[in-house]
Amino acid sequence: MKVSFPHMGNMFIPINALLKGIHVDVVVPPPVTARTLELGVKYSPECACLPLKINVGNFIEAMEMGADTIVMAGGWGPCRFGYYAQVEREILRDLGYCFDMVVLEAPDSKLSELLKQVKGIGENATLKEAYQAIKFAWFKLGEVEMLEKRLEYLLPRVIDQNQIEQIYEAGVRGIDKAEDRSSVRMVRLDTIKHMDSLARHQRSILKIGLIGEIYTILEPSTNCHVARCLGRIGAEVSRSIYISDWVNDHLVGGLIKPSNHRQILRSSRPYLNYHVGGHGRETVGNAVEFARSGYDGIIQIGPLTCMPEIVAQSVLGRVSETEAIPCMTIYFDEHSAPAGVYTRLEAFIDMLQRKKSLANMASG
Amino acid sequence: MRIGIPYGLFYFYYYPLWKTFFSDLGAEVITSSPTCRLTVDAGSALAVDEACLPVKVYYGHVRELCSQDLDYLFAPRLVSVEPRSYICPKFMGIPDMLRAQVPGLPQLIDITVDLSRSDRYLQQDLIKVGRMLGYKKSAIQEAFQHALEENRRCIQIASQGWSMAEAIKIWDGNLLEPPEAGDLSIGLLGHGYSLYDEGLSMGLISKIRQLGCKVHLLESLDAERIEMEAATMPKRVFWTLGRKIMGGVINMNKREEIDGIIYLACFGCGPDSMIGEMAERYTTGKPFMLLTIDEHSGEAGMMTRLEAFCDMLRRRRRVDESQFPAYG
Ligand code: SF4
Ligand code: SF4
Repeated sequence: MKVSFPHMGNMFIPINALLKGIHVDVVVPPPVTARTLELGVKYSPECACLPLKINVGNFIEAMEMGADTIVMAGGWGPCRFGYYAQVEREILRDLGYCFDMVVLEAPDSKLSELLKQVKGIGENATLKEAYQAIKFAWFKLGEVEMLEKRLEYLLPRVIDQNQIEQIYEAGVRGIDKAEDRSSVRMVRLDTIKHMDSLARHQRSILKIGLIGEIYTILEPSTNCHVARCLGRIGAEVSRSIYISDWVNDHLVGGLIKPSNHRQILRSSRPYLNYHVGGHGRETVGNAVEFARSGYDGIIQIGPLTCMPEIVAQSVLGRVSETEAIPCMTIYFDEHSAPAGVYTRLEAFIDMLQRKKSLANMASG
Repeated sequence: MRIGIPYGLFYFYYYPLWKTFFSDLGAEVITSSPTCRLTVDAGSALAVDEACLPVKVYYGHVRELCSQDLDYLFAPRLVSVEPRSYICPKFMGIPDMLRAQVPGLPQLIDITVDLSRSDRYLQQDLIKVGRMLGYKKSAIQEAFQHALEENRRCIQIASQGWSMAEAIKIWDGNLLEPPEAGDLSIGLLGHGYSLYDEGLSMGLISKIRQLGCKVHLLESLDAERIEMEAATMPKRVFWTLGRKIMGGVINMNKREEIDGIIYLACFGCGPDSMIGEMAERYTTGKPFMLLTIDEHSGEAGMMTRLEAFCDMLRRRRRVDESQFPAYG
């Protein structure tokens, strides 16, 4: 049995650790490239949202590398994601692939449920090994996210932006390879030290809140690397969601770490007073939170036709007015061109900068 | 007391219910006029570009009602009409979306219909609304029972081969001429608020009838039957409308007298993108056509595709009748 799974940012690191920990052969799909997208687009329904297409591309590429089992998350609506696995399975079957699909359905999941499901995949693992594998995976994820956050902070501040990205990427690879906690920690410490040592400039930095659909935020290849572009233009980006939040809130029902999920939902009132599937309500709540914490602007991203984000976008205008913060929405699909996206980001940042210097002049 | 109900979205499933409920409670119910170009344009100007056509059309109707001197506009948050199922994320945000985007909005009656777990909250909301109109609990409950009955009556009318829009007209006391029987039979599926809204669908049902086809809609199939068929799918479809459509597809696929199936999808619609794909896969024994529309679609293009589809069905049938195997 060779197990594979869809990509979602650095998610492959904890999953890889988890599966290895329960003695499963893992095939990590190749990173998302133009070919992945091309394959996905070719075989998926035309109007499907982008994450489904990329999933399909990931699966095909993984099966080309010998994978015969796919692990995928499920759900029960109201959004399309809950039906992804079914449609994907049909598509791949029609293409003649022979494989098993394990869908982690997590309706009211508990940690023990997840443990059982994980153990179900690794037939030869003991419950104790499964438990340890989950813990190690979670640890790795936390360490990777420290690198991600450090990069988000430093990228707009350092002079040599190429170098810091290279250091970061080497660090991520190092964590993926490391086999025990102390080496993981060592890689993380070294990488951060190295990043911190780079020379910085003294220009003023804008703060941008990045909100929107989960997958688009977490998988940079689906958003034309918005976060990096912004960093390079000179804006510090805070994301509304990290993978650990997603795992915590969606896979294990908020059991692993305290979550500010409730606070965010509270902030979505009075603009959006009910959940609308996906991350629609969180998008609105996060916009409000960012506005109230002194951010300069908000960028909402999501796949074209994403239903919860369209609902959120519909009320964001009102949020923007009432909370006095500029908002911009960018949707992505297979036709999105990085150059076009970059231009729009630049224009937005320019506008914010002008606004800020005017405000500074007025107050100073 | 004047209460407005927009001619869009849930109108095509629940108008008789809410009309009865509010009338019984002494209100005058006003609807907007049937969808036309102006509706689409007014709605598109207000909604975000990425919204689907039915939502834009709904905005257009709301806009029209804004100038009608209403006391209230009825725009419920329709989350779920049965256990463990949903309609669509957009339905869940409608009142908030209207408040954020439609200037001059009358006061909303935005009760939440969420029966995914229980109907307790709906009952509470109904009582609140009824009290607002000056009625007692018992009268409100009675009105709601009557409303449910009237809605069933309307669905009963639709089951005789009318579209829900036609059934609503008949229910309202109008006389309609029954469509002529054609030589072809077509199963026609899609979300009711696009399919039955002749303005939004560019007259799809009439066009198909004009081409000499009898149109079979979901409402004319046995409801229990549909559920049974839908239950054969490996994973329960958690969209109410999508599940019924899938049950309908599986059923129509088996029925000899139906020559082909047409699915009307809206561009950018989430559920349609998945259900349309599944419907096509489950239609194994006869031709299937996916028609996708948005606010820029032209009638001529649609007519051409329909004509081609019907021609093909007729050719197939001639070949069948002359005992040749259908595929060389
Ligand atoms: S939240 Fe958006 S991207 Fe995710 S399934 Fe729903 S429509 Fe697709
Ligand atoms: S189901 Fe589709 S057409 Fe209906 S409101 Fe949702 S996205 Fe729009």
